[in-house]
Amino acid sequence: MALNAIDRTAKQIVLTVQEYSLFAGRAMLNLFRPPIYWTDFLVQSDIIGFGSLPIVILSGFFTGGVLALQSAATLSAFGATAVTGQFVSVTMIRELGAVLTGIMVAGRNASSIASELGSMVVTEQIDAMRALGVDPIRKLVTPRIFASVVMLLLLTIVSDACGIAGGAAVTVFLNHQNGTQYFHQAYEHLRYPDIVQGMVKPLFFGYILGSIGCFYGMRTTGGTEGVGRSTIQAVVTSSVLIIFVDFLITHVLLTIFA
Amino acid sequence: MTDAPFVSPSSPAAAPDGRPVVSLSDVAVAFDGPPVLREISFSVAPAETRILLGPAGVGKSVLLKTVVGLIRPLRGKVELFGDDITHMPEENLFPLRARTGFVFQEGALFDSLTVRDNVAYQLIQERVADEEIDARVHEALKFVGLEQTFGMYATALSGGMRRRVAIARALIHHPELILYDSPTGGLDPVTSNTIIELIVKQRDVHETPALLVTHRLQDAFALCNHRFDPEENRMVALPEGYFNPNTTFLMLEESRLIFDGSLDELVQSQNAFVREFLE
Repeated sequence: MALNAIDRTAKQIVLTVQEYSLFAGRAMLNLFRPPIYWTDFLVQSDIIGFGSLPIVILSGFFTGGVLALQSAATLSAFGATAVTGQFVSVTMIRELGAVLTGIMVAGRNASSIASELGSMVVTEQIDAMRALGVDPIRKLVTPRIFASVVMLLLLTIVSDACGIAGGAAVTVFLNHQNGTQYFHQAYEHLRYPDIVQGMVKPLFFGYILGSIGCFYGMRTTGGTEGVGRSTIQAVVTSSVLIIFVDFLITHVLLTIFA
Repeated sequence: MTDAPFVSPSSPAAAPDGRPVVSLSDVAVAFDGPPVLREISFSVAPAETRILLGPAGVGKSVLLKTVVGLIRPLRGKVELFGDDITHMPEENLFPLRARTGFVFQEGALFDSLTVRDNVAYQLIQERVADEEIDARVHEALKFVGLEQTFGMYATALSGGMRRRVAIARALIHHPELILYDSPTGGLDPVTSNTIIELIVKQRDVHETPALLVTHRLQDAFALCNHRFDPEENRMVALPEGYFNPNTTFLMLEESRLIFDGSLDELVQSQNAFVREFLE
C-alpha cells in the first residue's frame, strides 16, 4: 500500500513537471510567432512592474540598512568599518537585490496571476476565450511571463540602488561615518562579474514567478476553493524555486568567473 | 404565416440537405473516473436546430464542449465543418472555433471588460476599425434588446442580461454554428421566454444551425412550436399541431444517447426514461 502511494505520488510529480515544461516552453515560443499581444504586455508590465515598485523600494532600502548595521557591528571588531560600503553594495548587487525582489514580487504577482487566471478558469472565461478562437496561452500567459522577466530585471536594479542608499543612510546617520567614503567603497570594489551575476538572476526569477503563477492558475479545478489552493501553490512553489535556482546560478557563475 | 415549412405531428420531419455541420461517431469522453459519455453518435445538418435533453449532470455540457474540441474524446471521431478535429492540434482548432458561436451556461463574460468589449472580443482581436466595431456591437445589442448596456461593465449586469450579452457576443461574428449551453437555466419565466425568442429569431431569420442543451421541456417545446414573425418582430405560436421540422431532439441518459429524432417521434417514444422525462 505504502509503495503504491509513493509510486502514485512520484508519477504525479513527474507528470506535473512534464506539463509545466510543455506549458512554459509553449508560452515562450509564442514570443517568436505572431500574433504578439504587445498591449497586454504593456498592461501587465504596469501591473507587475510599477505596481510592485513600493514594496521593492521599501524592502531594498531596509535590507541595505540592516546589512550596514550588521556589517558595521562585525567589522568594527577588526577596525574595518570603512569597508561597509563595499560589503553592502556587493551583497545587494550579487545576491540580495535579485533574490529579495524575486521573492517579494512572487508573493505579490505569482499569487495575483494564479488567482486571476484561476477565477477565469472556474467561471469558464478561459473556455469562452478558446471558443472565440483566441489562444489563452498566447493572450494571457505569454504577456505575463515576458512582463515578469523584463520588469523583475528593472525592479532588481531599483532594489540594488535602494539597498545601497539604505546602507548609506544607516552609515551616515546611525553609525556616524563618512558618506563619501561609503559610496567610494561601494563603487570602487564592484567588478563586472558582480554586475553580471546580479543581472542574470532576475531573468530566471522573473520567468519562474510568471510561469509558475500562470501554470497553477490555468490548471485550477474545484471552484473558488481551488482558486485559493492554486494561489498558495503558486507562491510557495515560485518562492522555493527562486531560492533553489539562485543556488544553482550562483554556483555556475562563480565557477565561470573563478 | 411565413414561407418557412412547417409540418404536423403526423408528417415525417423533412431531412435537411447538405453535409452535416457537426458529426460525432461512437464518441466516448472520460476524465479521471468512468466515462462521462459513451457511444455517442449524431450529426447536425445545415439549418438544423438540435435540442439536447437530459437530466442535470448527465454530461450535456461536456458533449457540447466536445463538439468544438474544448474537451477531447477518449475515443471515437468528431467532425466540425467537415474537418476531423478529434486529434487536431489546439492551434489549428482556433480558426474553426472562430466560425462557431458558444453561449456558456452562466454567460462566461469577461468581468474586467465592458459590454462593448465583451461583445466585440473577436473583432478586437482581428483589429477591426473602432467605428465598425461600434456599429456592429450596437447592431448585435439591438438584436438582443440591450443597446443601453453598451458602456456598462459585465459585473453590473443581471443574470438574464449576461445571457443575452453572451448571445450577442456569439452572434456578432455571424457564426456558421451556434452552441447554447442551458441558456435559460436558473432564469425567471419572462427572461427565459425572451431568450427563447432570440434563439427562435436566429433560427428563423438567419437559419443558423444550432445545438442547444437544456433540461427544461417547456423551452424545448416552445422552440418547436413557435416561429419568428419578422413583420411583428416577435415570436408567434404555430397553429395547433404544427411544429418546426428542422428542430429535432437528442436525449442523454446515464452517459448514453437514448433518443435521436423529431418532436413527433419524441412524444410517441416508448422508451421508459423518455416517457418519465416527458411526464
